[in-house]
Amino acid sequence: MDSLARSQRGEKLAQVVMWSSAALVSAVFLWMLSDLVTNGLGRVSWEFLTSSPSDSGRAGGIGPIVVSTLLIVSVAMVVAIPIGVGTAVYLAEFTSTESLLGRLVRRSLDVLAGVPSIVFGLFGSAFFCKTLGLGFSILSGGLTLACMVLPILIRSVEVGFREIPDHYRLSAAALGLSRTSTLLHLLLPAAAPGLAVGLVLGIGRAAAETAALIFTSGYVDRTPESVLDSGRALSVHIFDLSMNVPGGTPNAYAAALVLLGLLLLINGAASGLAHRWLGRNIATL
Amino acid sequence: MSSEHPTEGNEALFEAENLTLVYGDTPAFEGVSLSIPAGEITALVGPSGCGKTSFLMSLNRLSDLVPNCRVTGSLRLGGQDILSSEVDLIALRRRVGMIFQKPNAFPFSIRKNLTFPLQEHGVRDRDKLATLVEASLRDVGLWDEIKDRLDAPALSLSGGQQQRLCLARALALKPEVLLLDEPCSALDPLSSGVVEDLIVSLRGRYTIVIVTHNLAQARRVADQVAVFWVQGGAGRLIESGSVGQVFEDPQDELTRSYVTGQRG
Ligand SMILES: Nc1ncnc2c1ncn2[C@@H]1O[C@H](COP(=O)(O)OP(=O)(O)OP(=O)(O)O)[C@@H](O)[C@H]1O
Ligand SMILES: [Mg+2]
Repeated sequence: MDSLARSQRGEKLAQVVMWSSAALVSAVFLWMLSDLVTNGLGRVSWEFLTSSPSDSGRAGGIGPIVVSTLLIVSVAMVVAIPIGVGTAVYLAEFTSTESLLGRLVRRSLDVLAGVPSIVFGLFGSAFFCKTLGLGFSILSGGLTLACMVLPILIRSVEVGFREIPDHYRLSAAALGLSRTSTLLHLLLPAAAPGLAVGLVLGIGRAAAETAALIFTSGYVDRTPESVLDSGRALSVHIFDLSMNVPGGTPNAYAAALVLLGLLLLINGAASGLAHRWLGRNIATL
Repeated sequence: MSSEHPTEGNEALFEAENLTLVYGDTPAFEGVSLSIPAGEITALVGPSGCGKTSFLMSLNRLSDLVPNCRVTGSLRLGGQDILSSEVDLIALRRRVGMIFQKPNAFPFSIRKNLTFPLQEHGVRDRDKLATLVEASLRDVGLWDEIKDRLDAPALSLSGGQQQRLCLARALALKPEVLLLDEPCSALDPLSSGVVEDLIVSLRGRYTIVIVTHNLAQARRVADQVAVFWVQGGAGRLIESGSVGQVFEDPQDELTRSYVTGQRG
């Protein structure tokens, strides 16, 4: 009787602890969001999204910065997706989990995934900007971001492939289907949820990146004419406004709100697509 | 039926001699010598873990897909050595179709489940594809049930229907041999009966090798029976022959107690 009462009390306590930690996390997010919205929403308008900044960003909008951000993220994805999917397929389908090469590649990726972005920034500025002579440019920034998101992308796509039950591969082989067409028509669609998750995580990390971009794509806040021009990313803009520009805080809030909106949009689009194509909820993947 | 003529069989299509399959260092079956006659139904029976599935997977070299799995000995299909590294596996597997225990339709529409393998094997003509889809669905008695919803997802079919779809998918490729690994054991009794009747109806048109745990089923459908047993840590073939001989007059003591239901 006594022990029953005690275990019930224990359960109650556990519930309270879990409930309050969940509430705390949501509260922090909501507080951040309301802070951004109250301070930033008043300034966000079509005008703000499209016009150029003036007075070091205290006035004007963020048009060129949005363009640069989208360009940098696009370069990163165009480079990272084929390399990432290729490597993931190689790891999942052509090496066993125990093989030396497989273990080596996986271990390196896990280490790379934990490397602080500033290190990627230094590497990018040494390698892409100087050694390859690309200078401060959208291209340098995009390539640096590609290096940075590749580990996450590869690992989540690989997991997507490993989660496909073996009977797909067996029944396809038993029908005399080649490895390539099994891969293209059967495994790739089945691994699409993993791919979508990897993309969301990758784009999210890329779009919000600051440290890796300061040294590679630079500060210039004009609209870039090509990927070889320098361009300022949103997060760099926010950093600059809040740290280096006295009186820049209001516009920093507005830009941060735009960045958050962009991330939510990407997230929503990816889970919507996954839902529509695969009939599965991205949160439960 | 051949059970009345135990010694008179068709010509052997598969000939296994001293065949052994190992996973790493552990043998799944060892020293199996068995001929499988063309156009007949051969049932593989025996207790769980005696290597029946592994034996079936060596017949279409699906064992190649399992890491660390090696097959040694001699295995011929119509006189041709199929263990050699030069064998065209795609052609072999087109000739030797396989159905698994659990229905494994692809997550496509019903129609695409049938057309996708055909297209991969070079059938591009739309009319030809449509004809083959209909013919193979009629073969498995599914056409009238589902002809109006060919574009519905295959996974929305019942288990029995999915298993028949898998059979249709294999038949559409016009194989010579069908390997069936406990094709009824994941189905409800009614669907199981339907699939069993279907297998019987294919007798003579295909060489069929069926693994089953159900001795009564083996007796009903098979012409030949091969009994596997675990001895000394590996599966072995302890007896083979016509259904009549193995069930009525088994030579091996273990077989006798197995078929009379005392063991296994
Ligand atoms: N992929 C594998 N890797 C390692 N060992 C395996 C593998 N598949 C099967 N085995 C082992 O090989 C032996 C034979 O297995 P197999 O599946 O061929 O038996 P089975 O007669 O089909 O059994 P069941 O009637 O339960 O299906 C078993 O001991 C099993 O544990
Ligand atoms: Mg088995």
